[in-house]
Amino acid sequence: MTRRTLLTLVTMGLLAVLPPVFYLTGNPFYLDLATRLTILAIAAVSLNLILGYGGLVSFGHAAYLGLGAYAVGIPAHHWLYGGLEGIGLNTTSGLVQIPLAVAVCALFALVTGAICLRTKGVYFIMITMAFAQMVYYAIVSIEEYGGDDGLVIDSRSELPGISLDDPLQLFALSYVGLVVAMGLVRMIVNSRFGMVLQGAKGNNERVVMLGLNTYAFRLTAYVVSGAIAGFAGALLGNFTTFISPEMMDWTRSGELMFMVILGGATTSAGPVLGAAAFILLEEALSSLTVYWHLPFGLLLIAVVLFGKGGLVGLLSRREGGK
Amino acid sequence: MKRTISAALAAAMLAGAAMADTAKIGFVTTLTTPAAVIGNDMKNAVDLAMEHLGGKAGEHTLEVIFADDGFAPDTGKQATDKLVKQDNVDFVTGFIWSHVLLAARKSALDGGKFLISANAGPSQMAGQLCDPNFFSTSWQNDQTPMAMGEVLNRAGVKSLYIMAPNYAAGKDMVAGLERTFAGEVVGKDLTKWGADAQLDFSAELAKAKASGAQGLFVFYPGAAAGAFVKQYQQAGLKDSLPLYSVFTIDAISLPKLQAAGFQDILGSKITQEWDPSLDNEANKRFVTDFKAKYGSYPSFYAAQSYDAIMLIAAAVEQAGGTGDKDKLRAALKAADFASVRGDFKFGTNNMPVQDFYLREVVADADGNWTTKVVETVYEDAVDPYAAECPMK
Amino acid sequence: MDLSLLVIQTLNGLQLGLLLFLVASGLTLVFGILDFVNLAHASLYMVGAFICATLTFALGNFLLAVLVALPITAAIGWAIERFVARPLYARDHLDHVLATFGLILVMETLAHMIWGPQGIAVPLPAWLNGQVALSETLVIPSFRLVIIGAGLAAAGGLFWLVNYTRLGMLIRAGASNRVMVGALGINIEMLFGLVFALGAALAGLAGMLVAPITEASIGMGNNVIITAFVVIIVGGIGSMKGAFIAALLIGLIDTLGRAFLDDLFKLFMSSAAAETSAPAISAMLIYIIMALVLAIRPQGLFPPKVR
Repeated sequence: MTRRTLLTLVTMGLLAVLPPVFYLTGNPFYLDLATRLTILAIAAVSLNLILGYGGLVSFGHAAYLGLGAYAVGIPAHHWLYGGLEGIGLNTTSGLVQIPLAVAVCALFALVTGAICLRTKGVYFIMITMAFAQMVYYAIVSIEEYGGDDGLVIDSRSELPGISLDDPLQLFALSYVGLVVAMGLVRMIVNSRFGMVLQGAKGNNERVVMLGLNTYAFRLTAYVVSGAIAGFAGALLGNFTTFISPEMMDWTRSGELMFMVILGGATTSAGPVLGAAAFILLEEALSSLTVYWHLPFGLLLIAVVLFGKGGLVGLLSRREGGK
Repeated sequence: MKRTISAALAAAMLAGAAMADTAKIGFVTTLTTPAAVIGNDMKNAVDLAMEHLGGKAGEHTLEVIFADDGFAPDTGKQATDKLVKQDNVDFVTGFIWSHVLLAARKSALDGGKFLISANAGPSQMAGQLCDPNFFSTSWQNDQTPMAMGEVLNRAGVKSLYIMAPNYAAGKDMVAGLERTFAGEVVGKDLTKWGADAQLDFSAELAKAKASGAQGLFVFYPGAAAGAFVKQYQQAGLKDSLPLYSVFTIDAISLPKLQAAGFQDILGSKITQEWDPSLDNEANKRFVTDFKAKYGSYPSFYAAQSYDAIMLIAAAVEQAGGTGDKDKLRAALKAADFASVRGDFKFGTNNMPVQDFYLREVVADADGNWTTKVVETVYEDAVDPYAAECPMK
Repeated sequence: MDLSLLVIQTLNGLQLGLLLFLVASGLTLVFGILDFVNLAHASLYMVGAFICATLTFALGNFLLAVLVALPITAAIGWAIERFVARPLYARDHLDHVLATFGLILVMETLAHMIWGPQGIAVPLPAWLNGQVALSETLVIPSFRLVIIGAGLAAAGGLFWLVNYTRLGMLIRAGASNRVMVGALGINIEMLFGLVFALGAALAGLAGMLVAPITEASIGMGNNVIITAFVVIIVGGIGSMKGAFIAALLIGLIDTLGRAFLDDLFKLFMSSAAAETSAPAISAMLIYIIMALVLAIRPQGLFPPKVR
């Protein structure tokens, strides 16, 4: 077993054990924190697929979280207030909402990815952000779903066998979701498909010369990534029971990117460690002072300047030095 | 004899147990982003209230925990979740923004806490979403602009142009004005709001001017107020398009506008449920001490926050601690405290039933710009959504 | 439609476009020559506004304050180049984005700590605070004309600087081939510092011009940075001409959208729906345009010839 694998196992083990312990010892807030962290980790894992392994710097990944959450909120809204009966989208059934979230995000990724992937470099960064901003403003303009004010989800998704109203079960579902997402990304990366994707990151021309259509490979990865993030969004909607366009703001996309880099791109545990570090730091610093953005920002700069390889690099180097 | 002693001892111990009660108050407001200027004013008022109370409600200790909503509903909801679940507060209060209050509502009420708005008054929470555990020390959003509509009718204004930010309270304000204003609304602009709010109103002001309206009604709270008033003056609209505003020109924007020399707003008319010049003991003490401590007039946000703490303190004292929620609820509802508004009482939906005044911007004896009451527009006004509330 | 209203709104759009150009020109210079993505560029816009506001009260004169604030803002830009940007040149754009994202948080919070959250209203001299009547129905605030004039002057000056001076020659040479300029014995570090400082001064100037209309406030940079990026992407990164044309285009579209879109929408939807959807759609317009441009021309409208 390599040290990195060990690190992944330790991380996931701690994440599985600690939150329920907190909950059962009368600290429900820390379970909430862990659930949020787990859900954002799923989104970070999905971003790692394209940003880390594919070298595609998407600056609009928060849009998928938002779309996924609205795919839960909108049917729940119609279930309560009527409307959309004709197409069956007036429901609180998670078996409708969650696949809807995944499908909507996959479709959005397909359409926008087809355009974005024609560009490269900083153009790609900015056009992905532009599409996210479009979704942001589109949601703002829909009065029925609260516009700027956001939408309260009165009823969580109903799933057979588990109740998402129970915080422990919601956490369990998020955790399983994270494990599945990590496994899926791992599988993709180690497949022939993943080899092409990583090869194109290193030297696109060379892969093209081999007769492979890297555009199609990248688009596929982009769609898979969007779909996973959509699933995370559906969980996030169920967790917060409140959704607003704010969650798709470009700064949120920046935070997701940061989680990946902070933890260590192109590693399994990286996005999870990054999300954990990010959320815990945010929580700790913001309870100290209202000026917490200052140390936080300095830390971000320091990580970029000096923290090559992220937390995974740091931790596995340390262990290796023994 | 022995029995009596032990009974007395037991009673003393019980009293001792009650005495150990600490009432925890979570105060959610905006402490970052430019809107922190409002949050800081509210925080100052809360600190002053705690000072006046000596940190005590009778024999019970009061503790206030401040939380930042970052001017965003989801952050506000997270902050409320933490107060409810981690700090286990008894009361969640504060709330400048309607959309933040609506987002946080479920967290506080489902957690079995008392929710007391010190500012936001969205129509839903006065009507269908009213709750026995929700109270307000401010107003319902529609009411202040309704009073302004009445003022406009009395002044004989026949046509009006409206500008407000595009969020819950903005829409309520417009609805409130249209509820009473008898003339014609010739145009309306709802502008982008939030952390990246639109602050250049050139396109909208040009439209308003071209509309030929007899007046301009605006609602721009907090930092946007200064920007709006400046552009209004720079556009030279004072004579052709008189300004009627609610929650825009207040103790927060006035010092800044005075420093930059915007003389045009002297004499400008505003409606409000409170004014620093209101003549009652509690208000005099509040305004004098606030000015002495912070060097400026308190805003209405501050007044309402002060009232919220005083209401809670009185209720905790009267209910003998926070142990009995039913007693506490009844004590809150009775609202037997010294409000800076003078008499204070709640309607069936737990919104205040109160007077609304017309105020004018004036310079005080020291030359500082403030407001004074011109006339009373409504007496004991009940908000228009009270009938929709199922509570009786 | 009222013709004079259209003229006024066009002037408003022009004003916004020129302000955007001032911010975008620095961004495109820095990107074109240093190959550096600076998300924190608009923080300099905010810092410029705050410094100018403080100086206006200290010196008692807005124009004097602008003159003093410009070199200060440039110096801050130079310091950022030296301590944050320079170590990152060898890295990829992702690292630039992340580090400058952190820098935004730092600068915003520092501004919050120094100047407080309330913002500063900047007073203007009386002769700038009035209105100019172009005709009986055409009255616009005189300061808005000043902004248009200053924006055009800055654009002209920049054009002259880039095309007719030695520094401009180096800038153009640096934009097309950085290595060659270095090989020719030019102090490339000095050049980079100068370019960064120039960009900072331009962004700062935009902030100083906006401050008397809105005010100097924290968060003012966030409103403008994304739009400025849209401008340079649409125009073609590194192209001054592209930035100019795209800035005017975006400024006009945004303003005219806000001004007339709701009337347009009322033709085919309820007026309540039009009132809420029009502002959001007009905000979306610029992104739609950007996506359209990139879909057709992935390098923007005026891509620099050599890259």
